[in-house]
Amino acid sequence: MIEDPYFGKYISCVSARSTDREILKKAQDGGIATTLMVFALEEGMIDGTIVAGEGDRPWEPEPIVAMTREDILKGRGTKYSISPQISWLKEATRSFGLDKVGVTGVCCQIQAVRKAQLYPINMRDVPGKVAFTVGLFCMENFPYKSLQSIVEDHAAQSLGSVKRMDITKGKFWVYTERGDVATLPLKATHKYEQPGCHVCLDYVSNLADISTGSVGSPDGWSTVFIRTKKGNEIWSKAVAAGMFETKPIEEVKPGLDLLRKIAKEKIDKNQKTIEERKTFGVNKALRNPYA
Amino acid sequence: MGLLNSTNKTMGRKAKPAHVVMEKKMEATKEIKPVTNKIKIGHVHMSGCTGCLVSLADNSMGLIKILDDYADLVYCLTLADVRNIPEMDVALVEGSVCIQDKGSVEDIKETRKKSKIVVALGSCASYGNITRFSRGGQHNQPQHESFLPIGDIIDVDVYIPGCPPSPELIRNVAVMAYLLLEGDEDQKVLAGKYLKPLMDLAKRGTTGCFCDLMNDVINQGLCMGCGTCAASCPVRAITLEFGKPQGERDLCVKCGSCYGACPRSFFNLDVIPEFESISEIIAGALKEGESDD
Repeated sequence: MIEDPYFGKYISCVSARSTDREILKKAQDGGIATTLMVFALEEGMIDGTIVAGEGDRPWEPEPIVAMTREDILKGRGTKYSISPQISWLKEATRSFGLDKVGVTGVCCQIQAVRKAQLYPINMRDVPGKVAFTVGLFCMENFPYKSLQSIVEDHAAQSLGSVKRMDITKGKFWVYTERGDVATLPLKATHKYEQPGCHVCLDYVSNLADISTGSVGSPDGWSTVFIRTKKGNEIWSKAVAAGMFETKPIEEVKPGLDLLRKIAKEKIDKNQKTIEERKTFGVNKALRNPYA
Repeated sequence: MGLLNSTNKTMGRKAKPAHVVMEKKMEATKEIKPVTNKIKIGHVHMSGCTGCLVSLADNSMGLIKILDDYADLVYCLTLADVRNIPEMDVALVEGSVCIQDKGSVEDIKETRKKSKIVVALGSCASYGNITRFSRGGQHNQPQHESFLPIGDIIDVDVYIPGCPPSPELIRNVAVMAYLLLEGDEDQKVLAGKYLKPLMDLAKRGTTGCFCDLMNDVINQGLCMGCGTCAASCPVRAITLEFGKPQGERDLCVKCGSCYGACPRSFFNLDVIPEFESISEIIAGALKEGESDD
């Protein structure tokens, strides 16, 4: 077990890519999260999973309880807006009748799952029925109207025509169906970030069974942290079943150094925000959830 | 990790071979395993629906295990034949206090006097919950109209919010209370850390509402739209609109669950990241068949 101040605890770290062509077609990077959930479902390790599906408006994510491969595939690709995954956590064990629930989510959502497991306040059955969690790297998130402003006002593309969005290399990228590529400097998007993200002290989903994200690996590949016993078991089985191609993380560019730099950036910045909240008013502090 | 390992030792099965030998010798005796350091737990019933007690019992084999190895149920009107409130280590109080009912008021004061730790079990005891809506006027005591959370009458040490509180949280608090009172130094530290946020909730106040999410999470710039509040709401009063919680405030029963469950109400970084080992310890402690009968 490795313990790192910015990566949390993990058993191992690799660079990986799914071998499932259908998943890769619409995956954000290496298709890790989708492939893992499909594998866990097909192997009976989960009987359903909460993923970020499609909402009513274009690029508005909506959490769904997926119980088939087809539904899990609706979660492919990053949607840069808020999907309240955990709102279905208890219902998944009730009206959906699931005994082994999977959850895919960003850092704060996996934190919420772990809190619900250790302090299950009105979360009956949740502690024992969370079977597998896949966490995503996350810098910040955008309210839906923020995303609209970024894509429609700044990048001048209609949301309905967008095929893919990405945040990489210091830019926000918008790819349209007709082949247009618009970018804007990430700096222009900062003011639209969800405020609640600014007190988050987790970049690589420290508390998930397995966490994954693009940073650190080459294009089309993902960096994968295997963290818990359960995560390790599922990952080993999935790799043995040929679900993934893997490369040692030490051998890929840009590697863990870049990941550590970005994780540090986020966490240090947000630590500072938490500090500043202590003296926000005149002898009045804003509340600190970690105190 | 040292801390967790030593906890494992006491709660785990390392001592088992000794018990097995003992069991064979003492086959005919009533209590096979001489348990000397069990803590005394009582359930005190104020004005509540007994749902909290049902939740406690819903730990099924886990409850049997707790009662076998860690705690004696010394008072519980429904399950134990004891009339007067005895000395207790931990009093689990269900329900709010009807201040027009002299007996209830005396009982809750007596409970405080005789207990080391008073736990508000469930939302009525913690926040008043549905009993806040009482207007009295019902047979056969129409004058019984005012119900207060126990924290408005006595000092309360720990809150277990929920309507009903989840069996798992009751179980966790029971195991941690045992470690706090009977564990070694390391275990006391772990239990203290685990229980602290629930003790802070007890200090925070006696009103619970969806409004707490507005006042202390959203207005404070802390909400990140995870949806936990909606999952925890027993009356489905919370939906998420554009990624933020909206409460149907007329539906809200004032149980305070959403605020307690919210990862931005409290998130203790010295406990929750240890979820894997702590869950294993609790599961190990309550494993069926571990008991010597």
